[in-house]
Amino acid sequence: MTWYLIRRAGQALAVVIGVLILTFIMIHMVPGTAARSVLGLRATASRIAIFNATYGLDQPLWRQFGSYLDQVLHGDLGTSYILQQPVSSLIAQRLPRDALLLGLSTALALLIGLPLGIYQAVRRNGVGDYLLSGVSFTLYSMPSFFFGIMLVAVFSVQLHILPPEAPQATSVGGMLADPRALVLPVLTLALINVATYSRYMRSSAIDTLAQDYLRVVRAKGLPERLVLFRHVLRNSVLPIVTIVGLTLPQVVAGAVVTEEVFNYPGMGLLFYQASTSHDFPILLGCTLIVGVAAVAGNLAADVAYGMLDPRIRHGGA
Amino acid sequence: MAALEAGAGLGAPPEAGALAARRGSGRLALAAFARSRQARIGAGVIAGIAAFCFLGPFFYHTNQVTVELGSGTLPPGGGHPLGTDASGYDVLGRLMLGGQSSLELGFGVSLATTVVGTLYGAIAGLAGGFVDAVMMRVVDTFLAIPSLVLLLILVNLFTPNLWIIIALLTMLSWLATSRLVRGEVLSLRTREFVQAARMMGGRRSRIMFRHMVPNAIGVIVVNATFTIADAILTYSALSFLGLGLPPPHADWGTMLSNGLNYLFDGYWWLVYPPAIILIITVVAFNLIGDAIRDSLDVRLQRP
Repeated sequence: MTWYLIRRAGQALAVVIGVLILTFIMIHMVPGTAARSVLGLRATASRIAIFNATYGLDQPLWRQFGSYLDQVLHGDLGTSYILQQPVSSLIAQRLPRDALLLGLSTALALLIGLPLGIYQAVRRNGVGDYLLSGVSFTLYSMPSFFFGIMLVAVFSVQLHILPPEAPQATSVGGMLADPRALVLPVLTLALINVATYSRYMRSSAIDTLAQDYLRVVRAKGLPERLVLFRHVLRNSVLPIVTIVGLTLPQVVAGAVVTEEVFNYPGMGLLFYQASTSHDFPILLGCTLIVGVAAVAGNLAADVAYGMLDPRIRHGGA
Repeated sequence: MAALEAGAGLGAPPEAGALAARRGSGRLALAAFARSRQARIGAGVIAGIAAFCFLGPFFYHTNQVTVELGSGTLPPGGGHPLGTDASGYDVLGRLMLGGQSSLELGFGVSLATTVVGTLYGAIAGLAGGFVDAVMMRVVDTFLAIPSLVLLLILVNLFTPNLWIIIALLTMLSWLATSRLVRGEVLSLRTREFVQAARMMGGRRSRIMFRHMVPNAIGVIVVNATFTIADAILTYSALSFLGLGLPPPHADWGTMLSNGLNYLFDGYWWLVYPPAIILIITVVAFNLIGDAIRDSLDVRLQRP
């Protein structure tokens, strides 16, 4: 197990370095120069020189990469061209709000998706299974922005029961103080993953249901409810751990769209606004954070999988 | 009929199984496809929509070139079964035109993704060792970052046209394919028939294209189908974020996201027609992929 952890952590580290190199390359892929895209075509040569000197863009590439690494390792992600604030503090302000949005919606998605998947597996090829499959396919195939705006149209415009905008408080506590405003963004982000989770849960549970130990459990007369909760759920939920880790980047991408629809003041919105104003330090800072979070999430999922499932022994190999 | 034979091979004695293995999972995928009602429905819907988009304009002539502000946002009825949009374009005709580029985008991305991903994955899986490790860490790196995030950066670096969008979406979607193919190749490498081919002195390229790829093709086809659906969806998100292709170009995602601006003015015909046709198309591709995957997964077969 220890050896497996070391090897797996080594791989994760390699990927983090890869993400760093990737973001660095992208800084330098800006057409023309960063200075031109920020200052505009009519900027004078001296203003461009000042801009380049300020952001260290006049140094040789290898030195720039060196100082980029040095900065990142000291927790400095550069300064926003437009907002003139440190990117790290801009992200730090928004990260808790994103954790709230992603956490709530993932929890909700699991809470709905897992029982649905088991139900579909038990009633496989029945009317309920077909109906739910149809619904989850449709949800999965729906552009999330369309889904979000439809929710606004129904619950805010027609029924007047939920506000169309996410809470605008600066702190997580403040956002939680306005739970009605959180409902629609969380629902939008959750329902897309409900389809993914219930789909995987369905096939995982179908696998489990075919196992011999379930026949034994049923034969000894355990009530069906206990069979499902104690044996089917616990055994089929394992692969989902990995799926949750793997869908993390997808959830983040969904968050970009959801935050734009509901004006949710998170990293996704920051990222989107930076993208339309060519604010590269913010774009790359967010990319780096998301990349590292995804690597950490996958690592955590793998390790959790190993710990949850005693059958998996990461022996010497 | 060949499809039926291969299908019977699944539950038949070992000789028949060996025959199916020799034929490769491509036949199996085809057989699975023919057997599954779900896949047939999906394929039928796609065929219908493709006919609507590509043949429709021959029978239903509309002006999709010059702007006519005088006849903008007309409700359905009269000469316009689905009304007109803000620029005066007929919505039904625009759905056909937009569908052409949405389908081209989906198929283009899927084709390029499959070719690039299969080659990369097969090479990594065959090479093994250090080369494989490095190649896979590159894939992991790109996979760690959500594709929409990378797209939002990359779109800023180019002046987009349909080909550049296809290239960018491909750049971000071949990664999953290459992982799948590598996994298949790794498991195929140890099979007897591959070892036999190697022992007989088969060249690497022969082993790869004659033995590996045909056997992995089921997985590849399933992935390609899902890629079409994903590409259409990802592009629609991109156009919602305002980074789609500029006006002369039409596609369902752009029509939908533009239409949503008018939803609360009551111009529902600018929203629901593109939404419904886009969702139906994506559902159909997902149905096909899901059906083939289920039938290829022997563990899920009923005894």
